Amino acid sequence: MSVLDGPPLEVPVTTRKDWTSDQEVRWCPGCGDYSILAAVQMLLPELGVPRENVVFVSGIGCAARFPYYMETYGIHSIHGRAPAIATGLAVSRPDLDVWVVTGDGDGLSIGGNHLLHALRRNVNLTILLFNNQIYGLTKGQFSPTSEAGKVTKSSPFGSLDQPFNPVSLALGAEATFVARTHDMDRKHLMATLRRAHEHRGAAFVEVYQNCNVFNDGAFDGILSRDRRADNLIPLVDGEPVRFGAESEWGVVLTDGEARIAPVAEVGEEALVVHREGREDPSVAFALSRLAAGPTTPTPIGVFRAVERPDYASLVSDQIAAAQNRQGRGDLAGLLRSGQTWEVAERR
Amino acid sequence: MGADGTHRLQVHAVEQVVVRLAGDSGDGMQLAGDRLMVSSARYGNAFATLPDFPAEIRAPAGTLAGVSAFQIQLADHPVRTPGDEADVLVAMNPAALRSQLRYLKPGATLIVDSDAFDERNLHKAGYADNPLADGELVGFSVLKVPMTSLTLAAVKETGARPREAERAKNFFALGLLSWLYGRPAAVTLEWIAERFAKVPQVAVVNRLAFQAGLAFGETAELVEATATVAPAPLPPGTYTTISGNTAMAWGLVAASELSGRPLFLGSYPITPASDLLHELSRLKRFGVRTFQAEDEIAGVGAALGAAFGGALGVTTTSGPGLDLKAETIGLAVSLELPLVVVDVQRAGPSTGMPTKPEQGDLLAALFGRHGEAPVPVLAPRGAAECFTMAIEAARLALTFRTPVIILSDGYLANSSEPWRLPDVADLAPIPVELASEANATAPDGRAVFHPYQRDAGTLARPWALPGTRGLEHRIGGLEKADETGDISYDGANHERMVHLRAAKVAGIAAAIPHAVVDDQEGARLLVVGWGSTAGAIAAAVEGLRRRGEHLAHLQLAHLNPFPANLGDVLRRYDRVVVAELNMGQLVSQLRATYLVDARLISKVQGVPFRVGELTEALLGELGSLAQSTGVPERVSTAGEVVA
Repeated sequence: MSVLDGPPLEVPVTTRKDWTSDQEVRWCPGCGDYSILAAVQMLLPELGVPRENVVFVSGIGCAARFPYYMETYGIHSIHGRAPAIATGLAVSRPDLDVWVVTGDGDGLSIGGNHLLHALRRNVNLTILLFNNQIYGLTKGQFSPTSEAGKVTKSSPFGSLDQPFNPVSLALGAEATFVARTHDMDRKHLMATLRRAHEHRGAAFVEVYQNCNVFNDGAFDGILSRDRRADNLIPLVDGEPVRFGAESEWGVVLTDGEARIAPVAEVGEEALVVHREGREDPSVAFALSRLAAGPTTPTPIGVFRAVERPDYASLVSDQIAAAQNRQGRGDLAGLLRSGQTWEVAERR
Repeated sequence: MGADGTHRLQVHAVEQVVVRLAGDSGDGMQLAGDRLMVSSARYGNAFATLPDFPAEIRAPAGTLAGVSAFQIQLADHPVRTPGDEADVLVAMNPAALRSQLRYLKPGATLIVDSDAFDERNLHKAGYADNPLADGELVGFSVLKVPMTSLTLAAVKETGARPREAERAKNFFALGLLSWLYGRPAAVTLEWIAERFAKVPQVAVVNRLAFQAGLAFGETAELVEATATVAPAPLPPGTYTTISGNTAMAWGLVAASELSGRPLFLGSYPITPASDLLHELSRLKRFGVRTFQAEDEIAGVGAALGAAFGGALGVTTTSGPGLDLKAETIGLAVSLELPLVVVDVQRAGPSTGMPTKPEQGDLLAALFGRHGEAPVPVLAPRGAAECFTMAIEAARLALTFRTPVIILSDGYLANSSEPWRLPDVADLAPIPVELASEANATAPDGRAVFHPYQRDAGTLARPWALPGTRGLEHRIGGLEKADETGDISYDGANHERMVHLRAAKVAGIAAAIPHAVVDDQEGARLLVVGWGSTAGAIAAAVEGLRRRGEHLAHLQLAHLNPFPANLGDVLRRYDRVVVAELNMGQLVSQLRATYLVDARLISKVQGVPFRVGELTEALLGELGSLAQSTGVPERVSTAGEVVA
């Protein structure tokens, strides 16, 4: 890659400002997207990644405006296709740091297929799914994560759809890194994104994000300050899963099902010890089923983080192996690789 | 028998012969046809082939639906088509006979596997009585050869199981044909040894079956004469046999080498384009990255993503897939990134007839996107030209930063022809300039990068690859402000951008060759074709000229933009007739663009034009032209209009 050859340039020290583009941010005032943008812009200077190697790819929707606000390379593409476009970029340029920003409609509805396949292939992408449980840009229809019975403009008698649980979906799609965070806790958000970025392969992060115009307060039941202690279940690797102001609640597994129980009743030794690195995703999946929606105690943090070769590396390895075995391709040789014969000059 | 009792076989020299092989999908007819092609090529004949197989992988054995056929024309002069009707049909069962009779010349020779004409197979083919016995085949010369039992007897010594042994009967048939037309046996024997080196038992079985076929021809005195087709006078050089799909795949690799841009293919399997994915997947030693995507949309999306990163992004598909890719191609128009889309057309609409060719996607390629989204469109005119057109498509895509659609079709994809290999050193490099520094000044005096600051000549925008420090920028499907690329909803700016994108594509006319007419003194009629119909139209035109008719032929390969001289060319003739395998897609464009009263010869049967039917249709046009205007007032000669 001509302009990209040569020794790597030194990574300059940067601040949030260096990662902020000159474009005016046009989300609704009060939108949860602002805090996610701020967290990403504050995190990137800490990651030691050269700015020119970072690419944000998005589809369509409110969240999809994200790349315009980042002073990096970026593509604002078409609805649902960001994981596919990012896959081509990540596979052909393993040197890049590729992020995908999507939403519950973009990533789980029109683009659901691409998301699943990017996860199963373990393409080296950091995928942020902003989940506000509503279609924002089209002004308020129910989304694939809206609760059943949701009354919207397109469901005046209530939505009949069973919603997706994005974390369960990602775990079922063989994702190697699956996490959940939210827009109300910058520290947790940044820590989770840092972990996702460190992961080699597809890292999927569901971010609960408030749409204050079309679905305001969707997460209040678990995210308002006074309710967090009793409703957010922090997942900490190697620690028993427990929560509550006094850590009085815990999670136990009964018949393969996760259940919330008072620690005093079941005893500390009965609690599930969280292990991100379990090869078998069953326990992580059970944890993801604890809450049917953001109205009852919900786990946040890293559900799963396992090592598996990332897709681009496998592709590159196959090419290197072929070149080692067969030598570098020679075009003239290729043209002669079928049945050939000579026609002599006529006399 | 000669008068003295010895067997004197006559050998007739013929200028060309058309051979058709037909059997069950599993009978190996495509393979036998392929080997006949290669031995004929090595012998020095000119040839053209037409595989004709069903969409079903293995329809029930013995049924009409399961018949797979292969046709080849061998000649002592350059030929452009696989031939209208066959001189010889090899039929491996009653279904093959019944379904293929309509492709034969009157008096053609039928070579049938008489073992296969049992009650069960006759019933499956819908025959009440055995056509070999009941006189149905009067007018044909029928050779009943018990190919199955002769094959079994020939390979008995190997101890091969009957099923395995029976599978070699295609080699028996090939041996018999090789004898009949004096094909060099050594070419086939060498191939068998090489191809089946790892399974010696199969190699022996196939060799014995092939030799038995040859020997049977020698000794059975089935025919009074064999035929020879002398080598064709081809220009000197190294030749290979090439199919359109292979040539296309190799052309894409060549384009990558010539441009220095790594090749990335995003594709989803679809008939008849899958062989492009297969071939490129083998070529990893060229650094080719192939990505079998989850669907057609992901295939083109990944190719476009790779293009953003600096690759030569390619996606390959057929009609239904082109529909699915439309939105992403529109995005590529808006992003102004290079992208090559190969559409191997098949009969539509919808699933249509997946293995049958048609030219039904021209308007979809030109206009099948919302908004004003012009895309250059190319159509190779022969299997070998798929190689050069792949390079041409990449050259236009990379130079003008635009998606380019190549329209191949199921006939080009699978048919083969001899190809004189180009000298790789003669292939023109494709220079690609990447952005390396700021190209504009911000109001505050800073040097900045504007992703839509165009080249004054090509109107192409700069290609700044991620990884290039200081050129960070965002692009997207939203309308962009001219030069800066910032989001813009300004109507005047939008109109300017629409015009700029259109002007960029229209300007490609200056970078492509003029239309070259195969003209003839006194021609008042011009027949125009595009893409794969080149051979059939040319053969019809040549035949008519031999009969004293005057007509000119233009075969277009550039369909958007059209060659710069096309309007002048069309207006030189009293009558323009367009022959195409659709309902008139090119003719509508020529009429709309140049206001010429062009007429149409249309065919939508899922098969290429036959030379005979084109000849007839053109004769009709010539006749009505003579009647309508009497003595020509204007006579066109090559390139000149004489008043």
